[in-house]
Amino acid sequence: MRVALAVALVCLFVLAWQGIASLESVDDLTLASPVETFDALQDDWGLLMDNARVTLVEVVLGLALSVAAGVLFAVSMHLLRPLRDAAYPLLVGSQAIPIVVLAPLFVLAFGYGIGPKLAIVALICFFPITVNLLDGLRSTPPELLKLMRSMGASRLRTLRSVELPAALPSLFSGLKVAATVSVIGAVFGEWAGADEGLGRLVLLGNNQLQTPRVYAGIVILTLMAVGLFALTALAERVACPWNRKESLA
Amino acid sequence: MQTETEAPVTELLSFRKVTRRYGALTALAGIDLDLSAHAVTAMVGPSGCGKSTLLELVAGLQEPDEGIVDVLGATAAADRRQACAYMPQRDLLLPWRDALANAALALECQGVARSRARVRAVPLFERFGLTEFEHARPAALSGGMRQRVAFLRTLLQGRPVLLLDEPFGALDAITRADLREWLAAALADEPRTVLLVTHDVEEAVFLADRIVVLSPRPGRVVADFEVDLPRPRSVTSTAFAGLKARALEALKA
Repeated sequence: MRVALAVALVCLFVLAWQGIASLESVDDLTLASPVETFDALQDDWGLLMDNARVTLVEVVLGLALSVAAGVLFAVSMHLLRPLRDAAYPLLVGSQAIPIVVLAPLFVLAFGYGIGPKLAIVALICFFPITVNLLDGLRSTPPELLKLMRSMGASRLRTLRSVELPAALPSLFSGLKVAATVSVIGAVFGEWAGADEGLGRLVLLGNNQLQTPRVYAGIVILTLMAVGLFALTALAERVACPWNRKESLA
Repeated sequence: MQTETEAPVTELLSFRKVTRRYGALTALAGIDLDLSAHAVTAMVGPSGCGKSTLLELVAGLQEPDEGIVDVLGATAAADRRQACAYMPQRDLLLPWRDALANAALALECQGVARSRARVRAVPLFERFGLTEFEHARPAALSGGMRQRVAFLRTLLQGRPVLLLDEPFGALDAITRADLREWLAAALADEPRTVLLVTHDVEEAVFLADRIVVLSPRPGRVVADFEVDLPRPRSVTSTAFAGLKARALEALKA
């Protein structure tokens, strides 16, 4: 039933899209219709897939980097109160930096390769991961910490046996947000300077007025984000079986 | 077969003029008590009389503002923690661990490897008839069953003193009565120095060798008497009712 509703809404959206695109007053160069987009998907399939693979690698590696950095940051900040107090403003500040401005500078510094893309994806993604995990680590009931202390548990034992497992669902919440924004990060990275990738293809298509190809690229980028989100949700179900509740995936 | 415990230095659990304040609020005022080892002492008092504070002082989770808490010779908080196993009111079982792993956590906290800890918890589950629940996660267990697992976790710590903070407080009346008998049998089987905090007078008379009644805040000892009834005790006997009335009377005063 839930799946049927979601599919129905997507169909409705595509129909509305087709309807608006078919209007006389809408320029074909502004809005490609679903049919045109679908044609572009078929015609340019090989090109799109080659570039999608590049972007997907950037996204997945960038995400992995952000998880590693996020877990390291969150756990250190949780264990060291002064570090948390000192680093929190910096952490929030890192999100206020306009990535669009920063991206070209990254390219200047690290060149046209995959480096700056990973850096940008990781910079965007590590924030939701760090903040959610930190919140999760701090939400352990005080009585439970008291019990662990009474049982003679070391700080590390409490972290390993109680706080980290309890914070796992929070980590996944952050990861879901990160998964969806990671694709945007990769596109920004490619816009700033790249030889390949879906972001670059979309930018190029835009300049060359190949509107259907741009929309085809957007569709694939969207599917990529949705797919990553669903994978994360699935991983959460496997990793936290005690915490199963009705979820989107 | 009994779980190993360390030999106590002295046979006494004593409070010497123990006072505990939280800011302007005095939770306990000059408590002076000597509790004998290998006996079950019940602390009864109205809500907010400092019962739980008293227990946490013994457990070494808090320090008194004045006076000395001596647990079988241990007076420093860290040493008191070594001597006591503390069972909080809520079972606090970890939802991602099965019953056996939850109990085994007590051993893991003492540095025993996880698999080894599990193995060592198995005999206790057998002895208390919980074998079929070993692999159940807490969510699949009833409230009474969860409390039993929490009690096994407390026993597994192998400490000479057991501190039970309203162990059945969160349970319904029928489960409470059931668990009370189960605990009485468990304690008969596993004699330890037990300090039980409760606001249920019947529970105290049923389980304890001695009952100490505390006044409302600031907590002071207002009554202190032995429960000299044969076990297993019957809640319907005249002697039982008499002792219950005596404790209730002290609570009202």
